[in-house]
Amino acid sequence: MNDRVRALRQQSVNIRPYISSERAELMTRFYQSEVPQRESVPVCRALSFQYLMENKAICINEGELIVGERGPAPKATPTYPELCCHDLEDLRILNSRERTPFLVSEEVRKTYEQEIIPFWSGKTLREKLFAAMEPKWQQAFDAGVFTEFMEQRAPGHAILDDKIYHRGMLDFKRQIEENRRKLDVVNDPCAAEKEQEYRAMSICADAVMTFARRYGEKALELAEQENDPARREELEQIAEVCNHVPAHAPRNVWEALQAYWFVHLSVITELNTWDSFNPGRLDQHLYPFYAKGVEEGTLTPEQAKELLQCFWVKFNNQPAPPKVGITEEQSGTYTDFALINIGGVHPGDGSDAVNEVSYLMLDVVEEMRLPQPSACIQISKKNPDRFLRRACKVIRTGFGQPSVFNTDIIITEMLQDGKTIRDARSGGPSGCVTVSAVGKESCTLTGYMNWPKIFELTCHNGIDPNSGEQIGPRTGDPHEFTGFDQLMDAYKQQLAYFIDLKIQGNNTIEQLFARFMPAPFMSVLMDDCIAKGIDYHNGGSRYNPTYIQGVGIGTVTDALTAMKYHVFDEKDISMDQMLAALQANFEGHDRLRNILLHHTPKYGNDDDYADCITQELFNAYYDLLNGRPNTKGGKYRVNLLPTTVHIYFGSVVGALPCGRKAGEALSEGISPSQGSDQKGPTAVIKSAARIDHARTGGTLLNMKFNPQVLAGDDGIEKLAHLIRAYFKLDGHHIQFNVIDAKTLRRAQEQPDQNRDLIVRVAGYSDYFVDLGVDLQNEIISRTEQQVF
Amino acid sequence: MDEIRKDVIFYDESGGGVTFSGGEPLMQPDFLLAVLDQCRSESIHTAIDTTCYAETDILTKCADRADLLLCDIKHMDSGKHREYTGVDNKLILDNILRLAKMGKKIIIRVPIVPGFNDDIINIENTAEYVTTLNGTRRIDLLPFNRGGVEKTSRLAASVSPMEADSPRQEVMESIRNRFTEYGLEVKIGG
Repeated sequence: MNDRVRALRQQSVNIRPYISSERAELMTRFYQSEVPQRESVPVCRALSFQYLMENKAICINEGELIVGERGPAPKATPTYPELCCHDLEDLRILNSRERTPFLVSEEVRKTYEQEIIPFWSGKTLREKLFAAMEPKWQQAFDAGVFTEFMEQRAPGHAILDDKIYHRGMLDFKRQIEENRRKLDVVNDPCAAEKEQEYRAMSICADAVMTFARRYGEKALELAEQENDPARREELEQIAEVCNHVPAHAPRNVWEALQAYWFVHLSVITELNTWDSFNPGRLDQHLYPFYAKGVEEGTLTPEQAKELLQCFWVKFNNQPAPPKVGITEEQSGTYTDFALINIGGVHPGDGSDAVNEVSYLMLDVVEEMRLPQPSACIQISKKNPDRFLRRACKVIRTGFGQPSVFNTDIIITEMLQDGKTIRDARSGGPSGCVTVSAVGKESCTLTGYMNWPKIFELTCHNGIDPNSGEQIGPRTGDPHEFTGFDQLMDAYKQQLAYFIDLKIQGNNTIEQLFARFMPAPFMSVLMDDCIAKGIDYHNGGSRYNPTYIQGVGIGTVTDALTAMKYHVFDEKDISMDQMLAALQANFEGHDRLRNILLHHTPKYGNDDDYADCITQELFNAYYDLLNGRPNTKGGKYRVNLLPTTVHIYFGSVVGALPCGRKAGEALSEGISPSQGSDQKGPTAVIKSAARIDHARTGGTLLNMKFNPQVLAGDDGIEKLAHLIRAYFKLDGHHIQFNVIDAKTLRRAQEQPDQNRDLIVRVAGYSDYFVDLGVDLQNEIISRTEQQVF
Repeated sequence: MDEIRKDVIFYDESGGGVTFSGGEPLMQPDFLLAVLDQCRSESIHTAIDTTCYAETDILTKCADRADLLLCDIKHMDSGKHREYTGVDNKLILDNILRLAKMGKKIIIRVPIVPGFNDDIINIENTAEYVTTLNGTRRIDLLPFNRGGVEKTSRLAASVSPMEADSPRQEVMESIRNRFTEYGLEVKIGG
């Protein structure tokens, strides 16, 4: 890392995130004008976006080569009051909370009090959303049966393909105009609507060019004032780059990275999209520019690396905008889930696509050691071992990156979902682990479903023991169940009920976004929105799946397994005894709990008894959800991941028959319950592979290793073999923490000395000391694999 | 066998297999022979991790059915060996020689315990001995660790653990270099 990169990185790490009211003020001013009264919703959204891009502050930081911030400065975090509006209590908590605070200046607070809150109160999408939900939906939501992504942010999880590297905004505008001219106003009853959408798209393309041009002007202005001739030349170069992209297709690596970055900023300024936005398979996109530059002698690998590192810093400068309706105890994360893919196969012929830029990017990941952007590798059986080993060496440095994905199964998953072979091969994961076809998919993750909570409701005949309310169907009093099948059937009925309830809510919410919150700039980027003249939020993309993420498969497997084993098979614990012990949260039932914890089959040990139940649970979820229609013309699909929700979900679930006490964290992803896997990493992998990954859109497996186990070349070999073996069994994804519990406990005690300690949470890495105590404890309690 | 079969996917992937260790696996020869036969019939690679302190015909019978032998040499001096392990090393050294003559693939494992066997004379004697083993080139050096201290206390056994520290990295390196000069392939750890 050279001095420039070190300084930029240091700046990015040191600045504390704070709230900027710039975007909120501009949006408020725009919506106070008379424009919204005379324009259609999409055009109005586009004009508000244009207003933002014309008026937001321009910021070029000292020494940087890739330019552009979302807010007025690094870590200045904008808000999106049209989606959800922070109240004064939110701002107070954000400013003062111990973990992941956002500083709120007195000026910003006043602006909120006097301008933002009075204007947006009653108008936000969040308020519309909750008002539209039925009481039974609200009840289940409040009980923690499921969460709702769209109450805080807009649908996203989008990945860009290679289109911006071949075409500029001017080309997109031409394409929009051609399609607009082809509209059949007589025979297409939606032509008028499409006309508005095209106008909106075109305005957005202009807005992005304006934004870049303003950066070019600023760079020239700074160049004129600059005394250092080397920096002056760089600023002139920046001006030239910004004057060329993204209006035109980039001509070299620098322009390619800058073009992406302008597009990225534009997407996350238009709306607060889930998982921000993703560059996708960046090594593939950059390679042609890289190869050309090296061949012509205009670029050295060192220069390319420096540009990549400058690019990396830009992601880390954009913290995830904080939620509204927060509490003091809730922890957040600054990580905004942008994920860069490295490796994989060529879309055209499926051959090994690892190239020199892939290796260069692994060097960058290792040196930058930043939580954002996150990086993953895609590994196909066709990719060389050398590449995997290099990635394993980065993994061994212990900050959770890169995560590892199985390209071959991703392709199968995509084909299963009806994608073309080319789209399947060019796709990959974004955010945590969910895969989509890059540049042509609206892949909406709508919320987590709390499987262990549903099990608890099953044990109480649909009544939530926390509130005493009947929130699920009456599926029978478990005291009267005479066989395990009855219990399982009751669970499936509860599950079916809550899936239906969630889908019913989603139908309304998807349409709220389509009607009130179209995303015309995102629609420019995602095929086939332009061809169809339909917005990204309304089914304009080529592929339009919706997901409800299943959480707690390990915990609920263990709970049902314990019931089956002790109550119905061995008959050494009666149902009455079991339910009484759960009711008492195991107080006075220590012996019973000990049996449940230590003498009962559990998921994660390659034990058929438990793993068959895992399979049945997965199949039940799949059968009830997969293929159901959504409002975008797409279908529901299944994925299994928790982010951090396994902590919140655990807090609303009482004691369970696996020996887990009330309030404790649930298992995360498809990982075993914390500490219950006792047979080593190979057994975990065998159990996890019992889930049919090919029928999902993503699963998340976390593994924690003691650093000593991975020491030496041998350790790298073993890790690589473990990954290959899991992928041979069709596993989707695996990620690693390489750290011992002692280090983590020390960091808990001395947070200030351990500010830079980064760990893998679930699908993303974060600073350990920024995590809530519950989440810290959960990570510590994960089984630490000591041997292979 | 069911436990062994569970990991076949990993053996296939890594070129590895199952290692029989202990204690001393040769203490239960009937069981060992049966499992070795079954593994062979299922093409699972087998290794025996042994002290080689065993009746020669039991050892050779088992070795005959295994793909790889991991043999410990703790000390070349019979007096020292007796003092620290309670038994002579003659049987052990003869047995290893016998295995080499059978043409078995062998990896010699030397635990390096500071103050016990890390002196230059013992290292050289060990190296010379290994060079007489036909076809055996590979030595794994295992740095002593104090894991046994805690283990012994848990077992509440009458044996007392070795009183020694872990060898320093430089010591391990220099021992490795010495072995390498004899044309041996040396690995630290294993």
